[in-house]
Amino acid sequence: MSRKILLENGDISGIDQFDIYRQHGGYQSVEKAIKTMTPLEVVDEVKKSGLRGRGGAGFSTGMKWSFLDRKSDKPRYLVCNADESEPGTFKDRYLMEKIPHRLIEGMIVSSYALGASRAYIYIRGELMWLAKRLENAIGEAKAHGLLGDNILGSDYSLDLVVHPGGGAYICGEESALLESLEGKRGYPRLKPPFPAISGLYGCPTVINNVESIAAVPWIVTHGGEEYSKIGIEKSSGTKLISASGHINRPGVYEIELGLPVEEFIYSDAYCGGIRNGRTLKAVVAGGSSVPILPAELILRTAAGIPRLMTYESLSDGGFQTGTMLGSGGFIVMDDTTCIVRNTWNFARFYHHESCGQCSPCREGTGWMEKVLHRIEHGHGTPKDIDLLVDIAKKIEGKTICALGDAAAWPIASAIRHFRHEFEYHIAHPDKITDPDHVYQPMGTK
Amino acid sequence: MTPQFSSQTLSNIEILKTRYPVEQSKSALLPILHMAQAEFGGYLSRESMDYVASLLNLQPIEVYEVATFYTMFHLKPTGKYVLEVCRTGPCALSGAEHIVDYLKQKLGVDLNQTTPDGLFTIKEVECLASCGSGPVLQVGECYVENLTDQRVDSMLAALKSGELSDNEPTPAHSILFRTCGDKQS
Ligand SMILES: Cc1cc2nc3c(=O)[nH]c(=O)nc-3n(C[C@H](O)[C@H](O)[C@H](O)COP(=O)(O)O)c2cc1C
Ligand code: FES
Repeated sequence: MSRKILLENGDISGIDQFDIYRQHGGYQSVEKAIKTMTPLEVVDEVKKSGLRGRGGAGFSTGMKWSFLDRKSDKPRYLVCNADESEPGTFKDRYLMEKIPHRLIEGMIVSSYALGASRAYIYIRGELMWLAKRLENAIGEAKAHGLLGDNILGSDYSLDLVVHPGGGAYICGEESALLESLEGKRGYPRLKPPFPAISGLYGCPTVINNVESIAAVPWIVTHGGEEYSKIGIEKSSGTKLISASGHINRPGVYEIELGLPVEEFIYSDAYCGGIRNGRTLKAVVAGGSSVPILPAELILRTAAGIPRLMTYESLSDGGFQTGTMLGSGGFIVMDDTTCIVRNTWNFARFYHHESCGQCSPCREGTGWMEKVLHRIEHGHGTPKDIDLLVDIAKKIEGKTICALGDAAAWPIASAIRHFRHEFEYHIAHPDKITDPDHVYQPMGTK
Repeated sequence: MTPQFSSQTLSNIEILKTRYPVEQSKSALLPILHMAQAEFGGYLSRESMDYVASLLNLQPIEVYEVATFYTMFHLKPTGKYVLEVCRTGPCALSGAEHIVDYLKQKLGVDLNQTTPDGLFTIKEVECLASCGSGPVLQVGECYVENLTDQRVDSMLAALKSGELSDNEPTPAHSILFRTCGDKQS
């Protein structure tokens, strides 16, 4: 079994309550940081840890923190991104549900490091019940002097606020999130300026994913160097992987980065192999936005090297033969899966969620959905495949935020690796719903 | 008729406003819209939105543009229970398409329609962060996961009989969010 950092003590009953959490070492990092460390020393430990953002982009957390404009006389903010809406991803929800105090502890230490006196947890509105639990946990921490005025008798004070969204994938994008938190539509902002200079209410702001922030207490308690020893090189530490799809044991697993993909899929400690004795067809390894890979390329790189669950190994081969670790949303498809249908489904998602600001994304996502719908429903033409590739290219890199890329990549990669399946749909419209042929509708078991 | 929040909600809103900088009370808009939807019949009428605008000193358009952007806000009356089924990839892999069909057949209505008794509206939504326990639907604040035909049957029966409510108990000190279950009272 992998070592537990984020889910440490997660199996202890009552760990979601303050007293039990505290009895098991909870909030140690707050004591250590506030009583013995300067804010910049905390930032240093996070830098040393090599922690990379767990929201999807994998950007160094310590580096991000060091970009924060500390010279400005405006207040500084820490905002936690708990919008979790990338299809295939449900790890933040799991962590907050199971050990809400881990996030609260992380928010306190991180806010101290950044010099924020107010911090927000922006949680997707659908998880309102969870927002309430977080509020509950905040209430407990406050009652014990760990939040609010003069934390643990120091002169550091922090107000921590839970803020619900209203249902919009785009609000996971950090600048859209800030707009939304300001009570507006979730329209991503042009960058620069980056949030570290001008973020929430025009003030210097750090935005981090739930999992990134939840890793900070361990790093502060045990030291950044200890953390950096876990994992492999630039992929240090542990990562929560949300495993879904056609596997025996869907769920959230904390893995040490560096675990072989094959072990993750087939070991009973993790996914437990493919359901119903079927075989593996494809995997989307890092949330719906990352390129899909066929079985042979997810298990081994194009050079035949076993792939590992690390940022580097998963992206080996670039987009030609590789993918990304992304948010760790690991979606597994067996041999009954229709790739065209799945691609159409994802295209519909991005069309539905495009905020509509940039024409290439607003128009392109709708167009791709339409073309994929017609291929899947037996009305495709041979030109449609190249048309899709062309539209995807015209969205990628041409939008304010990365939703455009996220919409383009799944489609481009599905065609790259499963072109024959699209061709088959176009050539044999009559056979698409034939239950005997391999490309059955999704979910037919 | 102009809607009016209960005095309890109004005082909650005052507390809510203190959570944002003084000149940034617009930040409270989304949480207040959730309260309005819960308190004013499960959807946001134009009157409700105008009322919220007046509470925050906003132009009504500022509220409309927000309310129309986010999928959780219903702009038309719905059934007592809105069954929001996730339709996205991972759930589709686990049979969400079938669950939607089953619900439609069982309730005799199409997507975005309400049963004649006013109890149920079926909707499709995108990923609910429950992909490992799909198919899943959300009703009020409650997630009903690992859906099968049988589970759908028992959920519908329990909702009808009042055995299952569409909200989790509210933690005692949480004053912020009225639960959807409160909206009928
Ligand atoms: C369309 C889109 C959706 C995103 N959704 C999320 C999300 O739900 N949660 C998240 O943490 N990051 C999401 N991100 C990434 C954020 O923009 C941001 O990079 C991240 O919150 C930074 O935190 P980290 O450095 O700790 O990963 C999204 C990005 C894009 C472009
Ligand atoms: S795909 Fe249905 S909850 Fe994520």
